[in-house]
Amino acid sequence: MEEIKNLLTAKFGSDIITGEEAGMLQPALLIDPARIAEVCLELRDNEATYFDFLACLSGVDYGIDAGKFGVVYNLSSIPYKTQLTLKVIKEHGRDINDLPSFPSLSSVYRTAEWHEREAFDLVGIYFEGHPDLRRILLPDDWEGYPLRKDYKNAEYYKGIKID
Amino acid sequence: MNYNEALERYNKKIAEAATEDMILNMGPQHPSTHGVLRLELITDGEIVKEVIPHMGYLHRCFEKHAESLTYQQTIPFTDRMDYLASMTNAHAWVMGVERMMGIDKEIPKRVEYIRVLVSELNRIGSHLIAIGTYGIDIGAFTPFLWCFRDREHIMNMLEWASGSRLLYNYIWVGGLFYDLPVGFEERCREFVDYFKPKLKELNELLTDNQIFIKRTASVGVLPHDVAIQYGCSGPVLRGSGIKWDLRRIDNYSAYPEIDFDIPVGKGEMGKLGDCWDRYKVRVDEVAESLKIIEQCLDRLQKELKRTPDFDPRAKMPRKITPKAQDFYMRAEGAKGELGFYFIADGRTEVPFRAKARGPSFNNLSVVPAISKGVMIADLIAIIGSIDFVLGEVDR
Repeated sequence: MEEIKNLLTAKFGSDIITGEEAGMLQPALLIDPARIAEVCLELRDNEATYFDFLACLSGVDYGIDAGKFGVVYNLSSIPYKTQLTLKVIKEHGRDINDLPSFPSLSSVYRTAEWHEREAFDLVGIYFEGHPDLRRILLPDDWEGYPLRKDYKNAEYYKGIKID
Repeated sequence: MNYNEALERYNKKIAEAATEDMILNMGPQHPSTHGVLRLELITDGEIVKEVIPHMGYLHRCFEKHAESLTYQQTIPFTDRMDYLASMTNAHAWVMGVERMMGIDKEIPKRVEYIRVLVSELNRIGSHLIAIGTYGIDIGAFTPFLWCFRDREHIMNMLEWASGSRLLYNYIWVGGLFYDLPVGFEERCREFVDYFKPKLKELNELLTDNQIFIKRTASVGVLPHDVAIQYGCSGPVLRGSGIKWDLRRIDNYSAYPEIDFDIPVGKGEMGKLGDCWDRYKVRVDEVAESLKIIEQCLDRLQKELKRTPDFDPRAKMPRKITPKAQDFYMRAEGAKGELGFYFIADGRTEVPFRAKARGPSFNNLSVVPAISKGVMIADLIAIIGSIDFVLGEVDR
């Protein structure tokens, strides 16, 4: 973990890492949201890390009181058999016409394409630079983002009552 | 900001393509998919130019349900993700919760071995469906019947242990719902002895069949770098020649004490990472799982014998409130890396957020990339060789 921190600060400057969650079962690094794609590209290609496998990408709504949205990236390195958790978090309002937005990782890991579509679909997070950001699990004309904490279950869909 | 521009782009593409190409819908219900999936194909005659998957038909809102259910109550919902290998799903979830609570070292050895035993039985069952239905996709009917005949024995045994045929709810946080029924180990050994020659027969019938090889070798070649880029795992990644099995990488549960190999694709019949390689990895994995089961049975019958006072629920905590933290648990399901990402707030018994990473989701996402320019019949072969379960794609 220390090595990765040193490597990132040496390459991108000290404000790239905005926080750290240590002392828990699985430590995580908080990254400056605007530069997450560069960081991942570096971690993927650097010979010392080779985090070439994006295992999981989760969009998170941190609750109504916190007023924050974030994305969590679980990376693995197949050659080194290591794991790393990166997070980006930013404060943002809950208006569904003004979505929190993060850079897309789809140019670094192709698998991010579908994962980001899912985060967009269910949590309502916009990914800048995504080639095809459509809803993935819900119908295209669904209103609202179901995994948001203030989501109210829809009663009707196209005039059909939902039980 | 217009959040629907991608949708308009997509609609425009479909509308314009229709003038010279053909738009074909494969599915929503197609025999080569386990579940409902609609593939929109843009074809030029019989050549597939583009594949656009549409899913969500089976969306049972696992993550939404998990928002209001406790860790223990969510276990039946994990069963419904990959309903062909529910044991491995529940195992992954339960291990994640146990590790967050810090009780993963206290689980009795007998419980761990039973968990591995039933998970591997279930893995064989899942692979048998993959192998059998793949035969059907290609046009061979007998292997399907043979596989389902042998799978039936597994189903009966798991039903005997858990009381249910498909969705077991057998592995619980801190233990098991029941101990194995009396006589299970002996019956299981009988099954292994019965099944070994059957596997050989199956290989003679399907794996080395010239028609089958012609249909699958060098078709749908997935190079290993593409597989990693798309986050493929399990037999799909191993079929491309990468030795990556989380049972060995993470060494969880009882696996470090068990001896087994990790089969990888070698490109024996065609190119490395083709449909035949992915299929062969599954066949070899069935044989490896049999090895694991035999070792589990040895331990369960010799050192970790059933005792009258053994209570598989003894370590089950009354209240599950992990301290506030994030945790990502991964395990090797039958289809690949099955991950659960937990956010616990430390106050309630309900996870603040639980995200499931289904291996089939990523494995399906690679299909458009490896099926450009193939024939429609080959697309069926590719889909079948990926072996995704839509319950896990949609969750």
